[in-house]
Amino acid sequence: MTSDGDLLHTVTAENISDSRKRLGKLLVWGTAALFLMLALLQALHEAGRVSAGFETWRPVLYAYMLWATSLCVAQVIVNGEKGKRTLFVLPAALFVISLVVFPLLFALYISFTDWNLASPTGPQPNGWDNMAQMWNDGFYWNALKNMVYYVLAVSVEYVIAFGLALLLNAQIRARKFFRVVFLLPLMLSPVAVSWMIGKSMLEVRFGPISRIIRELGGEPSFFSNPEIARFMIMAMDAWTFIPFMMIMLLAGLQALPKEVIEASKVDGATGWQSFKEVIFPLMLPVSVTAIVIRIIFKLKLADIIINVTSGGPGGATDSVTSFIFREYRDRSNVGYGTLLAIIYLVLIVIFVTALLKLVSRWMERPA
Amino acid sequence: MSDAIFKDHDADRRVKAKWWASRVAIYGALLVWTVICLFPIYWTITTSFKLAPDVMKGNIVPWWDFTPRWKGWESIGISPRLIGEVSTVREEFLKRFWNSAVVAISASTLAVVLGSLAAYGLSRFNYRFGFMRNSDISFFFLSQMILPPVVLALPFLVLYKSLALLDSRIGLILLYTLMVLPIVIWIMRDQFQGIPVELEEAALVDGLGIWGAFLQIVLPIALPGMVAAFILSLVLCWNEYFFAALLTATNATTLPVMVASQTGSQGINWWSMAALSSAAILPLIIVAIFLEKYIVKGMAAGAVK
Repeated sequence: MTSDGDLLHTVTAENISDSRKRLGKLLVWGTAALFLMLALLQALHEAGRVSAGFETWRPVLYAYMLWATSLCVAQVIVNGEKGKRTLFVLPAALFVISLVVFPLLFALYISFTDWNLASPTGPQPNGWDNMAQMWNDGFYWNALKNMVYYVLAVSVEYVIAFGLALLLNAQIRARKFFRVVFLLPLMLSPVAVSWMIGKSMLEVRFGPISRIIRELGGEPSFFSNPEIARFMIMAMDAWTFIPFMMIMLLAGLQALPKEVIEASKVDGATGWQSFKEVIFPLMLPVSVTAIVIRIIFKLKLADIIINVTSGGPGGATDSVTSFIFREYRDRSNVGYGTLLAIIYLVLIVIFVTALLKLVSRWMERPA
Repeated sequence: MSDAIFKDHDADRRVKAKWWASRVAIYGALLVWTVICLFPIYWTITTSFKLAPDVMKGNIVPWWDFTPRWKGWESIGISPRLIGEVSTVREEFLKRFWNSAVVAISASTLAVVLGSLAAYGLSRFNYRFGFMRNSDISFFFLSQMILPPVVLALPFLVLYKSLALLDSRIGLILLYTLMVLPIVIWIMRDQFQGIPVELEEAALVDGLGIWGAFLQIVLPIALPGMVAAFILSLVLCWNEYFFAALLTATNATTLPVMVASQTGSQGINWWSMAALSSAAILPLIIVAIFLEKYIVKGMAAGAVK
């Protein structure tokens, strides 16, 4: 937004009395005080200093919600028409801040403790011990290395998705049928996919694919060889997510200016030439958007790995998320697991920021 | 051929052959990918009607090389024979199904409400929260998309434990809303930017407030976009596994967790797993077939102007 003023101007005669302003401020500060008092009381109760208190922190949560609501109400009471404008964004902002920023700060604290849910002593700060443990944890680095492979696999997915989008954009009959069918894999839950394909179709004894391979004279083994296992995970993930890129690219293709492509045909370009010189350059912004979003989704890859291989054989298919999931599930290592997750977040933020910087010049839409 | 009196010029015939070749190639590729997309679904649904020997022998076509049986569906209590009777497995299944439905629908509704309001505000007014201006606020919302779930999972585990929200549907709903909110804002911002601001100006002149103009004028126009955002959120929430696996145990477990918990056991019951998977994916297949237009619209929203 370049203009300094609002897109939608409103002019109102604001006449807010001082008592109304005081009422609004009182509401906010009053509920905030209630929330803080309850939190303090509960903290002392947990620490065993005060006998009065609640069984859980639930009442503190209610007080927090009361404060959040009165903050929204007070916007209108204090600021009148301007407050009504704030009210559009404030609920979502409060929601995200309370569910992301506070837990993140909390996570930062946990990650420097030796907290194991199985240990009776509770969290004890242990300085840089987790960091040292991470430095020597070969499996974590291995999982990070695997993430690089998984992200690189996006390029193959992109090529297939672009091909499919071109097919769907060609002059074909039953376009709607093909579009629905091609979209279907995206609808399926990764857990169901990991059973349907990973555990049943790729089953070594009776699976249909193993059967075909045996007919051809090969010996099927999908999840015992590290490279093949990783490839299989990539293939299953690609199967579910190719439709996602395909739809974005198809939308891009359909929005291309027809005249330019026709002009290139008139000028005698062959199909391949018009693709290489006209369609692909025009599609660059859409392509980059699709790839970036796909990479962001790829970085969260876990469900299929957890359910099909649990990271095996020997960690060859582990993604960072599935590794931390097992760190928690098998060893209840909350402190260490959280540190790994925080480090991963930092790496992701650096990577995505660099990526966006790198590709931003291709993302600009030609005017 | 040479008997014909009128014939195409040689060059024309070559073009025609080329045209046919490209037709064959296009439809061939389309059919190959159709098989790739449909076969796993077909396999799962047919396997749910197979008995053990059929699975071992690799029979694929029903009625031709095996006789469909209801055994798989009986293991989750859904078959013509059991439908009238009381069945604990069916109740278990329906409970998970209901959990999934409640969580997915509430989270998507909440996300669409919060997200639409925020997106509308950001597309119409200039805000200043401290140092943050509109573009910063938008970026703040959208940047949540890169937050990997695993970072939030463990803090939430501890947090929910102390709030007694562990293994509750409310806890899942809050997290899922957070998860899909950036996507909703992304789609809706695009929608609202496409609506001319003159409409609201006219409404304001006619005496509506900004909220009145938003609710009565803008919302009906933006409804298709909201439906698209809602359906996309619904799909994501229905399929979510990671948080559900960590934060629920008995009461609030959703369908994906139920499916996953069956695979761990030794000697998989093929027919019951297949029936369970089919039941878990069927609702979304139906959604895909009937509401495909909206899903495509939602995903295309941010990509193309």
